[in-house]
Amino acid sequence: REGGVFGLGRKATDAEVAAWDIDIRPDGQGLPVGSGSVADGEPIYTDNCAVCHGDFGEGVGRWPILAGGHDTLTDDRPEKTIGSYWPYLSTVYDYVRRAMPFGNARSLSDDDVYAITAYLLYLNDIVDDEEFVLSNENFLEVRLPNEENFIPDARYEEPHYAEKSEPCMKDCKADPIEITMRAAILDVTPEDGGDDSA
Amino acid sequence: MTETKDKGSPSLSRRSLLKAGLATGGAAVAGVTATGARAEGDPVITEIQDWNRYLGDGVDAAPYGLPSEFESEVVRRNVPWLTADAVASINFTPLHELDGIITPNGLCFERHHGGVAQIRPQDHRLMINGLVDTPLVFTMDDLKRFPRENHVYFLECAANGGMEWRGSQLNGCQFTHGMVHNVMYTGVKLKTLLEEAGVKTNGKWVLPEGADASHMTRSVPMEKALDDCLVAWKMNGEALRPEQGYPLRLVVPGWEGNMWVKWLRRLEVGDQPWHHREETSKYTDLLDTGKARRFTWVMDPKSVITSPSPQMPISHGKGPLVISGLAWSGNGRIKRVDVSIDGGRNWTTARIDGLSLSKSLHRFYLDIDWDGSELLLQSRAMDEHGFYQPTKNELRAARGENSIYHNNGIQTWYVQKDGTVENVEVG
Repeated sequence: REGGVFGLGRKATDAEVAAWDIDIRPDGQGLPVGSGSVADGEPIYTDNCAVCHGDFGEGVGRWPILAGGHDTLTDDRPEKTIGSYWPYLSTVYDYVRRAMPFGNARSLSDDDVYAITAYLLYLNDIVDDEEFVLSNENFLEVRLPNEENFIPDARYEEPHYAEKSEPCMKDCKADPIEITMRAAILDVTPEDGGDDSA
Repeated sequence: MTETKDKGSPSLSRRSLLKAGLATGGAAVAGVTATGARAEGDPVITEIQDWNRYLGDGVDAAPYGLPSEFESEVVRRNVPWLTADAVASINFTPLHELDGIITPNGLCFERHHGGVAQIRPQDHRLMINGLVDTPLVFTMDDLKRFPRENHVYFLECAANGGMEWRGSQLNGCQFTHGMVHNVMYTGVKLKTLLEEAGVKTNGKWVLPEGADASHMTRSVPMEKALDDCLVAWKMNGEALRPEQGYPLRLVVPGWEGNMWVKWLRRLEVGDQPWHHREETSKYTDLLDTGKARRFTWVMDPKSVITSPSPQMPISHGKGPLVISGLAWSGNGRIKRVDVSIDGGRNWTTARIDGLSLSKSLHRFYLDIDWDGSELLLQSRAMDEHGFYQPTKNELRAARGENSIYHNNGIQTWYVQKDGTVENVEVG
């Protein structure tokens, strides 16, 4: 082949790139041609997803909650779901097609994924019409509620980093130092944590 | 050998109790410790032992050796209640038992999102596509013909210590700090591979993708990709372990472990980030304002005292005591580690021993003469850029308690008079 410094490897064929390059971006790049409705999505979701994520996206056991949690992000215990937290619908389509169902990835058709994505919008009250059809053509019209709440990393503007001052070395605290919390009282460490019999 | 725990007592292991027992009631077991030798002498000296008399194994007994059976407690552990199942889950490096800076391959913590893929190297391919002059496919044999580099780097899970944001929860540095390992990687610079395909001028981002069932993807800015990322096939001299991405993984020095895509099969070049699941739903840091930081890539300066620690109580009583610990920073080298024995009131600069490498674990020691009184042990790392490790309360003041990731706050161990050690917070 031509090009390259070392001339190693070979040119990827179009079919090879198409087989692996399934990623989708918020601007819609990568979306396949296809469609699916909320009504189509319900049975597909019920058959493939509900066993872990619950009939209404509420999550079974410790499996992820997919719906609900609106306006909880400043709560003591926020519930971060597609509807309450995720910024982009493209991520739903990409991730479901890429990695779900857990244990049987890449088993859903492109139309199946559109239908499930439409159903997840319905479970999150983002669309309310069971006849709503999601397709590559109207995909970008749907926006998720929390898109604007993602901000750049500004860690180094936090006071403890920004000052870069020499830390105190001697007589740093005036008040008596008291223990305020003990892990042993919570007692959730595995029983064999460091034990010979592990 | 399960033990029934006393509800009111600290969560101590049998081994910890045994060690603590040696410290306080050493006389009861005199004869088996050097200091407690009987008048007629220590029997392991005065009596001929089996290993003094009988022959041991031959050189054909262990083609691939394992640790001594007496080190059987030095193992990865998981905390089942943390995740829904063991396949998309985490386990922990036994930092409390290790020394130096290199993590043995078999003890490196694991984090999978779809279990451990088992891939025959002859069946593995690496594709480069997207905004490149020529989309390419490499075999493992191809990759091994590129110029190689060796580097020691720490890999720390973004969630290391995440369970501790609200306060002391797990009793042991294996659990509070053990989502980290540090090995020497052998591989080819990512820059070399991207140059082989020819990155177009509008190629600003790279999307690495794994071959496992989770098809892990992350968006890596081109500046980082061309700086120090490696595509590696060896760790500590041997092939990657399957659980670490065999046969190929991405190495993203100093950055959160999630980006170090395992079973690496594809690198796509694009002009903007992809905002995939692992950089939107996960690995974004919710602040108390309800806003969330995204692309929090670097792992900040951090340290922990690995011994004494809850799983490593002081077993020898008063006198010389080695305080041993680890420090690291995704920004570069560790310049200094300070240690406090009084909960942060006074600090002494510890001794960094061995290699000081950029974006690698550093080993520090402080040798003290323990008078048997209670201690509140802390360590505080400072990196070469002058960033020093904050307290947990400083982090909480800036971020709240729901960030999940990037908890690099100062850890406190409460050493009691009997030598037992507990994970605590101090005010």
